Amino acid sequence: MIGVISYLVFFATTASILAIAVLGLNLQWGNTGLFNGGVVAFFGAGAYGTLILGGTAQTGHLGGYGVIYPLALLGGMAMAGLMAWIVGLLTLRLRHDYLAIATFGVAVAFENLMRNAEWLAGGAKGVRGFERPLRAALGDGFVYNLFFFAVVLLVLIATYVFLQRLVVSPFGRLLRAIREDEEAAQSLGKNPARVRLVAFVTGSVILGLAGGLYGTFYAFVSPQDVLPTLTFQIWAMLIVGGAGNNRGAIFGAFLIWGAWTASGWALSRFAPVEVQLYTGSVQFILIGSVIVGMLMWRPQGFLPERLVVSHKGTTQTE
Amino acid sequence: MADPILATDGLGLSFGTLKAVDAVSLKVRRGAMTGLIGPNGAGKSTLFNLLTGALKPDAGTVRFDGQNITGMPSDRLFALGLGRTFQIPRPFARMSVLENVMLAPKGQIGEAIAGPFLFRGRMQAQERDIRNKALEVLDFVTLDALADHPAGQISGGQMKLLELARVLMGDPKLILLDEPAAGVNPVLTETLIGKIEELNRQGTTFVIIEHDMDFVMRHCDPVIALAEGRVIFEGTSDAALTNPMLLDAYLGATTDE
Repeated sequence: MIGVISYLVFFATTASILAIAVLGLNLQWGNTGLFNGGVVAFFGAGAYGTLILGGTAQTGHLGGYGVIYPLALLGGMAMAGLMAWIVGLLTLRLRHDYLAIATFGVAVAFENLMRNAEWLAGGAKGVRGFERPLRAALGDGFVYNLFFFAVVLLVLIATYVFLQRLVVSPFGRLLRAIREDEEAAQSLGKNPARVRLVAFVTGSVILGLAGGLYGTFYAFVSPQDVLPTLTFQIWAMLIVGGAGNNRGAIFGAFLIWGAWTASGWALSRFAPVEVQLYTGSVQFILIGSVIVGMLMWRPQGFLPERLVVSHKGTTQTE
Repeated sequence: MADPILATDGLGLSFGTLKAVDAVSLKVRRGAMTGLIGPNGAGKSTLFNLLTGALKPDAGTVRFDGQNITGMPSDRLFALGLGRTFQIPRPFARMSVLENVMLAPKGQIGEAIAGPFLFRGRMQAQERDIRNKALEVLDFVTLDALADHPAGQISGGQMKLLELARVLMGDPKLILLDEPAAGVNPVLTETLIGKIEELNRQGTTFVIIEHDMDFVMRHCDPVIALAEGRVIFEGTSDAALTNPMLLDAYLGATTDE
């Protein structure tokens, strides 16, 4: 029994961390229409940044700055934001698929840099030697995992509340207008380039937050954590859940992570041995099929974006 | 003309060897409803895009309300009081009609990312004012019943009214309308032109591109005519009707439409 609960806590922690990432992508794509094909680079910048800033001294690569945990996490987020700002200045003039290709390239470059620049972040071996916060007090067992889940859940809720408040504000209205028709928005006095950059950086900071928590959870990050697969998974979560809807983003994260985990388990348990060798590949086919199927039959996702109704019927003068 | 609200001097833009707009010098009288006519391909829309900052000229200058605005982007022009609508309506399709209109006002505190958190009270007060004004404007353009509809799901004519409503939220001094009557049913066209004339009486200047010669002759005065990127006529609508050059360039070209 404790094993099942323990597993559920583990599952929910990972799903919640991914949900934060999906919320970050939702701000970029769902609200602003920015096709970020390099999600994992910003997620990774947060993870690497947090571990390098908050970890113990490492031989051979950067690290050991011993920054206290919340600041290390903020530093990771700042790294993701800084990277997004630079990438944004260079690529945000690009539209849709071109932006996707450019950002995808950034993510591949990021992964290759991490894999090859050993002096920077340990190369293929990754970054270790990270002491999880409060581990001394809470140990390594179930209690710690429960505590960490609670923290992640709080961060998820805070992120949701933050974004939800933005969405119904004039800022959210501005993002949607840029998404719908940039030229028309500009003819109404708005500055699309600035809005796009703000949305891109803010979404990437949230991706960095998710990455930082992910790195903290495993106390380890390596180039294997920043493969394009994760970008596709996060995209699948948003598309299935419902782009433009923050609840949909969270729902999609749990649903897709659940399906991913369950399919891995089912394949390893029931599939013929020959297929089991290719479990990973079969899962990729499944996730690709889910994205394609969803885009064909329910492109708005399970929880579609809702028209902003906060103004409905209020202060109507008739 | 004393104190024109808009004036161009030698304005030009070429696409390759094609001079789409060729040394156009014109003046728009403050308070008037100026019609801009010309056959297809005369350069009307390109000129419009030069005046509204959607395109940058490669020659000449534009002055608006005494200020040099040559090459200024459209967001800054809107802030100065120059609004425009589009030939093919461009609503924010997946936003409500009301949201479309509430977007436009300048100086919204909540448009900064920190606004909803740091200045919440002021933002909400401002939102109430903007909403009330938006509802008034929607009422004026007869779209009040559609306030909560997705803007992508209203008719083409209603979209033109919506574009006018959006522009009005910026309290413009000059509005440039690109073919307001094209593709709109006659009843809505009457509504639209009625609203435009009402605004004009209240002091807003209009420049209207229109294909429909009858429409221009009934509602616009003076008239400016373009052909092959050049101004071929500038004068009253009465004079336009009897101008041989205009009849040749424009009416000649319309007979095969």
